[in-house]
Amino acid sequence: MRKKKHITAVEIRKFSAGTDLFFNIFIGIFALSCIIPFFFIIILSLTKESDMTTYGYQFWPKHFVLTSYVYLGKMGKQVLQSLGVTVFVTIVGTVMNSLFSSTYAYAISRRDFAYARFFTIFALISMLFVPGMVPTYLVVTQMLGLQNNIWALILPMSFGVYNVLIMRSFFKTSIPEAIIESARIDGASEMRIFRSIVVPLAIPGIATISLFTSLGYWNDWMNALLYINVDNLVPLQYLLVKIQNNIQVMTSQMQAGASAAMVQNIPTEGMRFAVVVVATLPIALTYPFFQKYFVKGMTIGGVKG
Amino acid sequence: MKQEVAAAESVAIPRNKKKKKNFFQRLWANRVFLLMVAPGTIFLIIFFYIPVLANVVAFQNFQYTDQGFVYSVLHSPWVGFDNFKFFFQSADFWIVLRNTVGYNLTFLLLNFFFAIFFGVVMSQMRKARLLKTYQTMMLFPYFLSWAILSYFVYAFLSSDKGIINHMITAMGGSSIDFYNAPWVWPFIIIFLGVWKGIGYNSILYFATAMGIDPSYYDAAMIDGASKWQQIKNVTLPHILPIATLMLILNIGGIFRSDFGLFYLVPRNSGSLIDITQTFDTYIYRALTTTNDIGMSTAAGLMQSVVGALLIFITNWIVRRKQPESALF
Repeated sequence: MRKKKHITAVEIRKFSAGTDLFFNIFIGIFALSCIIPFFFIIILSLTKESDMTTYGYQFWPKHFVLTSYVYLGKMGKQVLQSLGVTVFVTIVGTVMNSLFSSTYAYAISRRDFAYARFFTIFALISMLFVPGMVPTYLVVTQMLGLQNNIWALILPMSFGVYNVLIMRSFFKTSIPEAIIESARIDGASEMRIFRSIVVPLAIPGIATISLFTSLGYWNDWMNALLYINVDNLVPLQYLLVKIQNNIQVMTSQMQAGASAAMVQNIPTEGMRFAVVVVATLPIALTYPFFQKYFVKGMTIGGVKG
Repeated sequence: MKQEVAAAESVAIPRNKKKKKNFFQRLWANRVFLLMVAPGTIFLIIFFYIPVLANVVAFQNFQYTDQGFVYSVLHSPWVGFDNFKFFFQSADFWIVLRNTVGYNLTFLLLNFFFAIFFGVVMSQMRKARLLKTYQTMMLFPYFLSWAILSYFVYAFLSSDKGIINHMITAMGGSSIDFYNAPWVWPFIIIFLGVWKGIGYNSILYFATAMGIDPSYYDAAMIDGASKWQQIKNVTLPHILPIATLMLILNIGGIFRSDFGLFYLVPRNSGSLIDITQTFDTYIYRALTTTNDIGMSTAAGLMQSVVGALLIFITNWIVRRKQPESALF
């Protein structure tokens, strides 16, 4: 009886069958529009170059070939280099950001910390005002001297006040003071409490901010646009920006080991799309599994300071 | 506020009760916590507080010297508000202002409308598994950068190979050179901005609608309310407070724009600049093409000051209408 009541209670806010079908079609079409372009790009990366010149971009080309990927594998040193830069920046940056944001959030969430209020306000002020692109550019290039340095891609995003807010509300709601108190009575130091009690409990929160952060690093091309102009430090996303109108960046490194005929036959269009696929695939394959963490971050993030 | 902290401390740690510590003893007692906030504090000083102070170059004719940045700032000539005057009097200013505010107001209204519409509709759907699939698909573009999405767009809009022109010519029309056709870009940009964010923006409203106590619907049905009446009288009133708050909060960002959308998606095409130039792209172009540090900083400073003012004003309004949702 109880169970049945529960089911009707859930059913009660649903559409009628007809309306439901209508909105399923409507939202289904919209949802498809969100993923079809990516499949289109995959198809284009597999289309024979001459087909694209003759017939334009097609959803179902005459010839499916792997030429673009073969060229990418054979001569795409720049792509490999860029992939390496992106992976390095993403890993190091995510570790730094998650660590720094979590420790900061933990300290300001503790009532025992005498300066908690000061450091909370110290961080929150930065959300009210944006320092601006040019002053930041001046500080990074002139003061820190990070032009053409890989740290210019890491440091500007190595801490996040938004992450601090997510973690602070996480610590406040899911780690009871009583546990910390009892650990202290047992003689554990603050460092020990943080390491052995708080961090294991905070794993879901840390996972959430790490995912947001790694996505931010993976997708970042803005810092590279501002600070990088040597080819060996170009991350994948900025490589995409650079080859938008000029594939030269990629082909210049090919000349050395390739015959003239090979250089002439480079599938420039197909290779561009292949690079797009390489940059998108890791996100496309992983985000559905982490989606719940993202959703969690969105809903606990909206906590006021 | 200090007393508050001290009081809390004395409750939590009885051993602190004895006597008031001096400043250094207090620092030492908090050393572990201070160590924990140290990296974040250094970050904020370098990447927030110093750049904020560096905005003084907006009032200078900044010149690089080889004796370091601070020396350069201290020894550059002061020009008062000349950079601002130069920016405000340029023909670009009105175009940039019109574009930034125009696009943002449109985004504000359309995001508001579509996010609520999708959130409410999804909360009423019958098949939970289908719904989950839709949500996953709709979040996909949100997780991609404009660097990637600009290629998606290009595959559709390219003038000679794009699929849209392919369809237009197949139906007997003449193809459109999209990247040289300013009139279509307001529609393209607004569509893309809304399309990319809808999966994310609707989640908040979806979650709110799902959280409504079912007994409200029960009562409405007993009163003979149709589905539409239920949505109008039960769902929407529950969503409205949070929706208003989101709308007001987003007003603070009305002078900001998504750089990638306005810079990368139009592929930096010269004939589109008038219709796609916003404050952010203007500042970037001023910095990189004319290297006008003073004027580009002035433009950015104006953008930030207006943004901060808008946040204060909207917060003040929220405080009066809905004090519990005020930011500070």
